[in-house]
Amino acid sequence: MSNLSDSAKTQSSSPHLESELLSFRVGDHEYSVDIMSVREIRGWTRTTSLPHSPDYVRGVINLRGTVLPVIDLACRLGLEVVEPNDRNVIIVVDVTGRTLGLRVDAVSDILTLRLDQLQSPPDLAADEGHAFVQALTIIDDRMVRVLDLNAVLPGHEGVAA
Amino acid sequence: MSDPMQEIRASFFIECEELLEGLFDALQAMADGTADSETINVAFRAVHSIKGGAGAFALDDLVAFAHHFETAMDDLRSSRINADDALIGLFFRCGDTLSDLVRAARDETPPDPDLISPIAEELRCVIARTEASADLPTEPAVSFKPMSLDLGGLGDLEDLHNVGEQDQPVDKDAVTLPLDESRCLRIRFRPDLELYSSGNEPLFLLRALADLGPCDVALEFDAPADFDDACRPFARLSWTILVTTNVDIAAVSEIFEFVEGLCALEVSVVGQDAPVSQVPRQEVVAIQNPIKVDKALESPVDTVGVSEPIPLSPPTAKPPPPDQAGSADARPATESAPTVRVSLERIDRLVNLVGELVINQSMLSQSVLQAKLPSNSAIDTGLEEFLQLTRDIQESVMMIRAQPVKSLFQRMSRIVRETSSAVGKDVRLVTEGENTEIDKTAIERLADPLTHMIRNSVDHGLETVAGREAAGKTATGEIRLSASHRSGRVIIEISDDGAGINRERVLATAIKKGLVASDATLADGDIDQLLFLPGFSTAAEVSNLSGRGVGMDVVKSAITALGGKISITSTQGVGTNFSISLPLTLAVLDGMVIGVENETLVVPLTAIGETLTLAASDIRQLGANTSVVCVRDVFVPLLDLGFELGYRPVRANYENAIALLITQEDGRRAALVVDSIEDQRQVVIKGLQDSYGHVPGVAAATILGDGQIALILDPADLIANAKGQSRGAAMLKKAG
Repeated sequence: MSNLSDSAKTQSSSPHLESELLSFRVGDHEYSVDIMSVREIRGWTRTTSLPHSPDYVRGVINLRGTVLPVIDLACRLGLEVVEPNDRNVIIVVDVTGRTLGLRVDAVSDILTLRLDQLQSPPDLAADEGHAFVQALTIIDDRMVRVLDLNAVLPGHEGVAA
Repeated sequence: MSDPMQEIRASFFIECEELLEGLFDALQAMADGTADSETINVAFRAVHSIKGGAGAFALDDLVAFAHHFETAMDDLRSSRINADDALIGLFFRCGDTLSDLVRAARDETPPDPDLISPIAEELRCVIARTEASADLPTEPAVSFKPMSLDLGGLGDLEDLHNVGEQDQPVDKDAVTLPLDESRCLRIRFRPDLELYSSGNEPLFLLRALADLGPCDVALEFDAPADFDDACRPFARLSWTILVTTNVDIAAVSEIFEFVEGLCALEVSVVGQDAPVSQVPRQEVVAIQNPIKVDKALESPVDTVGVSEPIPLSPPTAKPPPPDQAGSADARPATESAPTVRVSLERIDRLVNLVGELVINQSMLSQSVLQAKLPSNSAIDTGLEEFLQLTRDIQESVMMIRAQPVKSLFQRMSRIVRETSSAVGKDVRLVTEGENTEIDKTAIERLADPLTHMIRNSVDHGLETVAGREAAGKTATGEIRLSASHRSGRVIIEISDDGAGINRERVLATAIKKGLVASDATLADGDIDQLLFLPGFSTAAEVSNLSGRGVGMDVVKSAITALGGKISITSTQGVGTNFSISLPLTLAVLDGMVIGVENETLVVPLTAIGETLTLAASDIRQLGANTSVVCVRDVFVPLLDLGFELGYRPVRANYENAIALLITQEDGRRAALVVDSIEDQRQVVIKGLQDSYGHVPGVAAATILGDGQIALILDPADLIANAKGQSRGAAMLKKAG
């Protein structure tokens, strides 16, 4: 939480071209999503697995009476998958009208960035996770990736493959 | 829905549906001979209100047709034409056409003129006939005299409460003048300010009056006594119209029907002393209010000093020409209880919330159980009551979604009319239990299967007229459509009094089509079941009504999709009966809770025939990975649920395993191996489709008492999608 003060500084500089991001850890990587698409953050609960589903679909959980599909982001991004533990969290996001849970290792921070601080990802990277990254930014010498939530949705197999 | 006009339009069409329902009810009553004097008024008002509303939206086709229909009905209620079968039949077809027009207008598709013009032409003929006969001298003005009134000296003034007395058409005789006699009516019309502000236009009313006959219109303007007053808007115009016409006063009142309460209106026959009708000024809101009738009644009556309406005995001279004022807001007292129109979305949200409550309650019970409290603690008692309450709430909420099957049945009566006229059979549809309620979704999804079955019954079930006579039956065939509640389910039955299923022909067809072996001997019931096989059609020749390849198998799968079952019984020469049994609600399902590889699943109880414990001696290896189990000398494919759902590799040994014997609608069976059977209970269905999409073998999900989600399996889909190695076995036909 060291960079909370940094975010506060950036906030004061340019009020209109800002975006707030929720950053979280998946494995050793730091990702973030637009905070406006985040509905809530929940602790890890056991999922009910869905038969015949892609392996990145962890299953479904009960979100106050609605059936919420949960995606294992590590698996979706082609990173090393570890069995979920109690310290993992599920970020509930709204993507184009659908509600989806993303299983991540931990939530780290809320970042306030000016849009000009975001860079497009370079075209070179050929690894699997690249297709899901919308933009990049540097915070305290750490690279934070902005996740393209649409690409994460199940059913975007073309992108995943 | 930001456009207010769109909203009004939408509610107009919803109203139309209700009005049409009322219209068909009334027509049915007339056809059954149970009509009373009010029936025709109900029908007339329905058509009139549709016409009025359609006029507001400039739906010219609809207005024109409704106008003709209305005119014909008016002729009927003033006894200018007789309600014979032909006329009622025509009215029914008019009602159908009117529904078509309403629907066309709603969907903004142009109506098909080929369908409308012949029926409109028929109507015109009916109307023209009456106009011709209207020229004949009718009874003298005898009906002008109030009849059977015992009012002492007030006899003549009794006329006064005629306009208010809309629900008692009997005393209409008192004002109805002979129809062929022209007379002069004086109308004093003084609009209130509200009339203008609510968007009414006196000009249109005056024009409508002019249509009745030559008019002499005088406009009066009462200048304000003091011009300081002029800054306040005030309606100061009034008209006095002298119209020479042959219609009666009620027809005039009808023109002013829509501005009733917004103006002061006086209508009198010139030469009569007292004004015949006087509609007092009323609150605008009173238009929608049945109390209005009383108000309208009281005021004129008060003026002549009669304290209450006097019941009138029916006139004897001629049948009463029913009330012409016919305002749509004057409802008979027997009208059903007040209702509220709520959007389905809100109800669904309520249903969801109650589902939540049920889940929460069972979670709470579970934690109380875990807390190991003394069994008679206050918490325990409180929880018990809570449980009872939740159950009551759930039931009541489910009832909100329920709707009477009436609208569905009315659609079916139209199908019967159309089908029977197309095949030249004389058919009577008898409906029973129209008020039986069932989930709204079920009603919508039953329309197609029922239509198909009704067509089948008319086309195939009933014999031709000659055939019926030869069999010693009445020429008119009867199809009975009934709905009833039976042990927590809704039973819908369609029966005909036709020839019954020709089993020899059914069997021959099935053999010819290779659906059964040529040497098979089937019991009668089994032969009847053949009708439900895909690709079966018995019609010797394909008529353009039924037998288009989509047969009873489609009906059956539609019913199954609703969680229902369909059965058939038939007696040679007496008739055929189809019985559909449906669950009361689609939101709750009876299921068996099972465990497979640490996952909890729910199997719909309707699919499970029996449960088995497998013995090694019953299991036979069929292929490398395929086993069958012998159940009472019949081989049934064995499917390992854990493997089929991808939870674990196929099991080597099925000894002592528990299996559910699944019987599919088409008679195929399969045994599903599960790890444990845990419970049998009602579960609340949660769709999976919206949040994730279709999962093979899974119908929906539910939430269990511990808050975990359990999947509800779709056994038919599961068996159809069984993994390669066992697929062959799954497709095994049920032998014998």
